[in-house]
Amino acid sequence: MKMEPFVRTEMLSEQPAPLGETGVLKWMRENLFSSILNSIISILALVAIILAFMVLMSWAMQPSWASTSLSQCQDDPAITGACWGVINNRFNQLMFGFYPRVEQWRPTLAFILMLVAVAPVLFNNLPRKMMWFSVVYPFLAVILLWGGTIWGPLLVLAGFAIGFILFKVLFGIVGNLAAMLIAVFATLLWWLYGVSMVAEVLSGIIPIGLEPIESSKFGGFMLSITIGVSGIALSLPIGIMLALGRQSDMFIIKTLSVGFIELIRGVPLITLLFVASVLLNFFLPPGTDFDLILRVIIMVTIFASAYMAEVIRGGLAALPSGQYEAADALGLDYWQSMRLIIMPQALKISIPGIVGNFIGLFKDTTLVSIIGLLDPVGLIVTIQGSSDWNGIVWELFLFVAMMFWIFTFTMSRYSMYLENKLKTTH
Amino acid sequence: MSQPVKKEVDRSAMQVSDEVAIEIRNMNKWYGDFHVLKDINMTVNRGERIVVCGPSGSGKSTLIRCINRLEVHQKGDIIVDGTELSSDLKNIDKIRSEVGMCFQHFNLFPHLTILENCTLAPIWVRKTPKKEAEEIAMHFLEKVKIPEQALKYPGQLSGGQQQRVAIARSLCMKPRIMLFDEPTSALDPEMIAEVLDTMIELAEEGMTMICVTHEMGFARKVANRVIFMDAGQIVEQNEPEEFFNNPQSERTQLFLSQILGH
Ligand SMILES: Nc1ncnc2c1ncn2[C@@H]1O[C@H](COP(=O)(O)OP(=O)(O)OP(=O)(O)O)[C@@H](O)[C@H]1O
Ligand SMILES: [Mg+2]
Repeated sequence: MKMEPFVRTEMLSEQPAPLGETGVLKWMRENLFSSILNSIISILALVAIILAFMVLMSWAMQPSWASTSLSQCQDDPAITGACWGVINNRFNQLMFGFYPRVEQWRPTLAFILMLVAVAPVLFNNLPRKMMWFSVVYPFLAVILLWGGTIWGPLLVLAGFAIGFILFKVLFGIVGNLAAMLIAVFATLLWWLYGVSMVAEVLSGIIPIGLEPIESSKFGGFMLSITIGVSGIALSLPIGIMLALGRQSDMFIIKTLSVGFIELIRGVPLITLLFVASVLLNFFLPPGTDFDLILRVIIMVTIFASAYMAEVIRGGLAALPSGQYEAADALGLDYWQSMRLIIMPQALKISIPGIVGNFIGLFKDTTLVSIIGLLDPVGLIVTIQGSSDWNGIVWELFLFVAMMFWIFTFTMSRYSMYLENKLKTTH
Repeated sequence: MSQPVKKEVDRSAMQVSDEVAIEIRNMNKWYGDFHVLKDINMTVNRGERIVVCGPSGSGKSTLIRCINRLEVHQKGDIIVDGTELSSDLKNIDKIRSEVGMCFQHFNLFPHLTILENCTLAPIWVRKTPKKEAEEIAMHFLEKVKIPEQALKYPGQLSGGQQQRVAIARSLCMKPRIMLFDEPTSALDPEMIAEVLDTMIELAEEGMTMICVTHEMGFARKVANRVIFMDAGQIVEQNEPEEFFNNPQSERTQLFLSQILGH
């Protein structure tokens, strides 16, 4: 006789809590007015909040949207508080810096396309084919934002193909490692020297391109988003590689990763930005004029990846060793087990930390104002220096703060959505 | 701790052939200065069902984990299915895809459904087309009697069900040898039977198995050889009847009296 174990085959459906155990009134009774002292504190706090709100509103609710200078606000007896005209008057500058007006459709289009490009990354129920656009998007964005000949970005993109083909061809001849090294080296050479030469020739023959815009014209939120989004998109994969490197059995890889992480984490971002603005050109071959924004992006990425690596290492450490063993025991190789088993779980554990880093990175882009780039905070100083708006403070900072808050709050909500979606237990 | 096996065991297909499945020669392993395994010699023929027992810390887990190189041995040879285990990654991957392993804590992948757990290795290691891999997976899930749970996540299953999924997951790779490391010791008593039944069915089909377990009922009915380990050495090995009724060494006698409770 065989004993049938009793196992429930269906889950019980969830049931609502009994009536009288839910609702606003009950919540208030329990949390705000549970005792006399508690009730007094609640009422006092409520009064304070309402008063503060009223003061803020009476300052903010002003018919000042149309004024074109601070003195106009001050002379108008109807305006007794905030002078919002500055936002209206300088809106364009706060968004685009000194990017020429007629070309501003380009960053706008780049922004909209960016939303399309990140959508399949953020929501995995969208068609996977959309990923191709996400891959091409960075090159498209460079063409749109900086303009100039389209050949430059295209040839950079071609570099990947060159490296890949070289690897495939050499793989059979010299083996895995050597082929890899040669391919990487050749690709780097191509990017450093080949691209600019060939691009010049090609644009001589077929001049297609957009009006070139210098980096110094970039500014406002467009600049913050350019630096922030590039930093975010690059720092995650680099952080993952560094975290894996730190765990590696191979001494050299481990040492390099640990050294990099500890070195970068020990230095303030502002120092790295100064290095980007002043020092970096010393190390590059003479004559190469390396775009300042690109240098800043590199530094911000380096900085953020070091932090990212540590956040992800936390996730890796939280995984029970049984997960590695089960993957090994099934015969998965290192990269398969990392990609299919370890990373999905480690990243899921680290979502709060990762998104926290993203938010930090995005806000840290305001530091570029110190090396003279005109991000929103840098622009505030510029606007304050103009004769029209000399002396204005709160309105600008409030506006900039609110814009940043919208971006960061969106990220934070998304991370909560993602955590919820990835929950696989009840 | 061990419970009687109620299921009738059909021994007709359990045949030990002359072909050697695993050969271990003078194998030694250290953790730092600690000598965990000392001069292990052991040959497992195809079709053998071996139960390894011994006190905690005697090196049972370490021994079977050396067989698919979850642990690295420092001296001696281990030859699995004619392939010698060395640091050559190709050999290791080959052996791992032919040796299935079940762990005490199941180690299912919590972010994948039961079905995905089972199809993952066939798809990525064996390069089986997805559809075919799913058919194979459903076949083995039926065999362990939980096909209806295929689309759930491991966290939604009971311990016994999870361990049966873990067995199905290993079987999907069509292994020639199965290793079990205390597969029932993390389970509640009522779930132990369902997992043991699954293992018995596997044995009945002629699978070569090495099980570390304290389920002496299982050892008596299914094993053809019981190995007793202590302090990193194989102290005694024998057929189950002889082993239980007539243990040779004092250490075995002591261990058996403790575990069988007389
Ligand atoms: N990674 C390790 N590093 C150092 N020592 C270890 C390691 N793993 C196991 N040991 C030691 O090796 C010895 C054998 O361990 P092993 O897990 O093989 O024992 P076991 O017989 O399986 O015991 P149990 O019945 O408790 O599972 C133990 O003394 C243990 O402390
Ligand atoms: Mg053990």
